[in-house]
Amino acid sequence: MINPREYIEPGSSWPLGHAVPDQPATHTVKLNINGQDVHLKIEPWVSLLDALREYIGLTGTKKGCDHGQCGACTVLVDGKRINSCLTLAVMKQGCEITTIEGLAKGDELHPMQEAFVEHDAYQCGYCTPGQICSAIGLINEGIANTRDEISELMSGNICRCGAYPHILDAIEQVKGVAGHE
Amino acid sequence: MNKFTYASVSTTDAAIAEMDEHDSPKFIAGGTNLLDLMKVNVENPDHLIDITQIAFNQIEATADGGLRLGALVTNADTAWNEEVEKRYPLLSKAILAGASPQLRNMATNGGNLMQRTRCYYFYDTATPCNKREPGSGCSAIGGYNRILAILGTSEHCIATHPSDMCVALVALGATINITGINGDRTIPITEFHRLPGDRPDLDNTLQAGDIVTSIDLPVQGFEKNYAYLKVRDRASYAFALVSVAAALTLEGNQIKEARLVLGGVAHKPWRSAEAEAALTHQEASVSTFEKAAAIALEGAKGYGDNTFKIELAKRAIVRALKQAAGLEEQA
Repeated sequence: MINPREYIEPGSSWPLGHAVPDQPATHTVKLNINGQDVHLKIEPWVSLLDALREYIGLTGTKKGCDHGQCGACTVLVDGKRINSCLTLAVMKQGCEITTIEGLAKGDELHPMQEAFVEHDAYQCGYCTPGQICSAIGLINEGIANTRDEISELMSGNICRCGAYPHILDAIEQVKGVAGHE
Repeated sequence: MNKFTYASVSTTDAAIAEMDEHDSPKFIAGGTNLLDLMKVNVENPDHLIDITQIAFNQIEATADGGLRLGALVTNADTAWNEEVEKRYPLLSKAILAGASPQLRNMATNGGNLMQRTRCYYFYDTATPCNKREPGSGCSAIGGYNRILAILGTSEHCIATHPSDMCVALVALGATINITGINGDRTIPITEFHRLPGDRPDLDNTLQAGDIVTSIDLPVQGFEKNYAYLKVRDRASYAFALVSVAAALTLEGNQIKEARLVLGGVAHKPWRSAEAEAALTHQEASVSTFEKAAAIALEGAKGYGDNTFKIELAKRAIVRALKQAAGLEEQA
């Protein structure tokens, strides 16, 4: 979970031991991550992905290509799926950001997480947080109804292990249960 | 990525004022192409001006019955907008043929117009590229050029414009609304992008400080007879080798009006007025379409790896026109 410190002073350490930058170029940024406000002092060139992983310590969101091609960094911003690697953290103030760490309620997994476990929808697991966030974004959109449509609208998430059939099984199950069909 | 400063603005006046205070500033909205290029040091702005808080975020009717697409509306919200889906399904289809759902949730309509080429050499700072470094040469001519242009090229550049959305916008006859230091102006989208000529560093006709505010679609949406056919190396989430936007109005089996625009083959969406003329007042048939396809590709030039695109484009045109005319089911 997020470091509970409300505000981290320049000169102190982030959870992963980075020194907090104290330069004129830094911006004081308030991000709402998984329902919790986090205050950061960051340079403008820090991507949302790097802010999550390197500055806040939420390493569930993965860095794959860092160029918007693989989808491993997918998070939800105001319920919509985006590539966090192609987003500047400084531009996401006032938005509600949900990462893989924010999906479960305590020990109770999100239905999409449950479905991925049930259908063995991964092998190495590196793309999985992005796949799950993307799949939840897909459900929120309410556009994809058939397996082919789900497949097309999951094309922004690459799985190097090729777990696609099981990923589709998992998403289809959640769509059915959620009554979206 | 180089270091830069950042400011967020909420008015165009503030945005233009910010431009004046820096050496190499850039506007940023969705950022999906700009940040990607900054990560590989192709774009190196010293200052980013975040324009996402400016109120260009609506899709609304225009006075003449058309539709205005705000420059800051995302590609996803545009493609799935009820009016766009109903009246301009060609545009929805083209947008949804491009990028991934995540990128379409970030990328804006204005930014889609501003996309830069995906030529491998433009991205590779270890090689010469006239678009990236004017005067350094073109590595694609004589290099590996499978994805590059066959129409409207110059000895200085054979880059293609990567957008799907813009191909449909040209077919629909969209106009672009721009604000800048010298006030507001409106230009047809055909005058927005340019051919490389001897200035391939210039993708479009915007001046420094100009901001695209919105895109206007005319009343005619070709919602009955249209097709967007995209041919690419994998079934989804890849740039076009060739794409075709075809739009017809039919009276019985006669073509009253035709629009034919190609993507993935030139430095701008390639509209062929000659091919459109060859379709107009003709019977909607395969032989008519084949004639139009041959005319559209007249003057096409292959560079070796991409020579296959000439035949591919002809066949794609015929298939897209068959789909638009209802002679074949759309994919």
